[in-house]
Amino acid sequence: MRRRAHTQSLLASDSGVTIELVIGAIKAVVIVLLVLGLTTLMLWFERKGSALIQDRIGANRADIFGLGKRLGMPNFGVINTVLADPIKMFTKEDFVPDGADRFLHGLAPFLALFPVIITFAVAPMGDILKIGKYQIDLQPANLDVAALYVLATIGIGVYGIALGGWASNNRWALLGGIRASAQMISYEIAMGLAIIAVVVTYGTLDLQQMCRAQGGVWFGFLPRWGILLQPVSFLLLLISGMAESKRVPFDLPEGESELVAGYFTEYSGGKQAVFMMTDFAEVLLVAVLITVFFFGGWQVPWLYRDGFHFPGGAAWPLPNLVVAILQFAAFWIKVIILSCLQILIRWTLPRLRYDQLMRLGWKGLVPLGLLNLVATAFVVVAAGGK
Amino acid sequence: MPQWLFAFLAALAIIGALGAILQRNLVHCVLGFALVLIDLGVLYMGLGAVTVGFLQIIVYVGAIMVLFLFVIWLLNIQADTGVRGGASLGLKLIGALAAAALAAELFVIFSHAPKLREVRTIAPSFGSVATLARVLFTRYLIAFETTSLLLLAAIVGAVALARRLAGQSAAVAAIPPRPGMRAPESRREVA
Repeated sequence: MRRRAHTQSLLASDSGVTIELVIGAIKAVVIVLLVLGLTTLMLWFERKGSALIQDRIGANRADIFGLGKRLGMPNFGVINTVLADPIKMFTKEDFVPDGADRFLHGLAPFLALFPVIITFAVAPMGDILKIGKYQIDLQPANLDVAALYVLATIGIGVYGIALGGWASNNRWALLGGIRASAQMISYEIAMGLAIIAVVVTYGTLDLQQMCRAQGGVWFGFLPRWGILLQPVSFLLLLISGMAESKRVPFDLPEGESELVAGYFTEYSGGKQAVFMMTDFAEVLLVAVLITVFFFGGWQVPWLYRDGFHFPGGAAWPLPNLVVAILQFAAFWIKVIILSCLQILIRWTLPRLRYDQLMRLGWKGLVPLGLLNLVATAFVVVAAGGK
Repeated sequence: MPQWLFAFLAALAIIGALGAILQRNLVHCVLGFALVLIDLGVLYMGLGAVTVGFLQIIVYVGAIMVLFLFVIWLLNIQADTGVRGGASLGLKLIGALAAAALAAELFVIFSHAPKLREVRTIAPSFGSVATLARVLFTRYLIAFETTSLLLLAAIVGAVALARRLAGQSAAVAAIPPRPGMRAPESRREVA
């Protein structure tokens, strides 16, 4: 009898574990699908947005059996970028140049994309969601050293780009790969200094705790968002993040007017599409980091766990489910706005020269980051922080 | 960490290490080495030292191994075309001695290690950032600060060496030659 009871309790705890696993799996699938979907959205915004900026019409031709035209719908090029382009890319010939390192040539695009995608595992998409007796943390992986995890995965991201350039057996590609590794290592330092200053400010490496610390208001109305505490860090992270994603004005590794296409000169078809996706996923990643560190993550101004408390005393109580949905939406809206900001910058500025790039990184951002860090540390100690 | 996971990671580390020393192509060797270092980081995390595990990956895989690749490409080191057994007798002797010393060291460490059944579970705070920071800035403060001083000296030394080399080449190519113009005096002297 005792044995049976034991088995039953084991089974009961087992089903609890199973449900936890299912919840974890759902969170993982949701974030991956969201990231991939938003990547496509960014691709569309890049193509159509750049057309708007340059006073062109942009993608507007592709249609499915002329259906949209027959129904009289305006064509915004969505089918072009979301459907036609991917199909075209993935059905192109997958070409490997003569003398290339076949294994690494094939591995490199995925080595570039994988670290970026897994970084989203620590993106806090919301606070606690209560369903029945389960309290679901809307951060896919709750890691108490999440900031270190982010730095580690970003550090690994260099390999795919550098190896892709080397494995192609092409001088332009190799030059692009070397430029990419030098650029990414240089700007990782500024990025790390920006993140450390934020970590010192909040006294935690946990991204979820950072978001929670940005709740509430100053002076009765001002949301306690990190950008008001760390404006210098925000600029540092934005600039170094754009350099990490290797896009204009930091697109020297690609440099199409100097290096053909840089590290992916010898890539075609699906593998090139994966490199392109890596770029856009990195844009999203930088937006996620900036959102979490400086724009309150999932915080909605004046929204607390039990509903809105507006300045002036008005209150609007809301159930937990609505609060969670609002937080989730707020997080992704902030991420989309910041991604679009990066795309606007990309279509506004010209490319830096290599010496300008290195001067900006080592003589501009790194000393500024160090000064900011020292100043932050003094203020935190003077204010009696942990 | 379950035992099978430990066994898998340990086997992977050995495969990576063999790859790092047995392959001909230097880039492949570096990748094997990087695999070992990532694997060690994951092992640290599995054994409770999460912070150290991530720091290991950030520092070694994210920075040092990339620098290895960078130097290999910058100096354009080609793949070893492979004359085996080319090392001199002295080198082999030194290698054998070093290997013997390492084996003896490992033997001493393992013979003093506690038995598996004597191993106690560790406190949950073990390996956290706070614990690590407290140990580094109290018990090992002098070692920690001395190491950072050493690294600073190494950086200053490297910059000084690089500056001197750059200075020499700058003297040679002080003024770029222009078509249709006579080279200046100093340049003609060098030539």
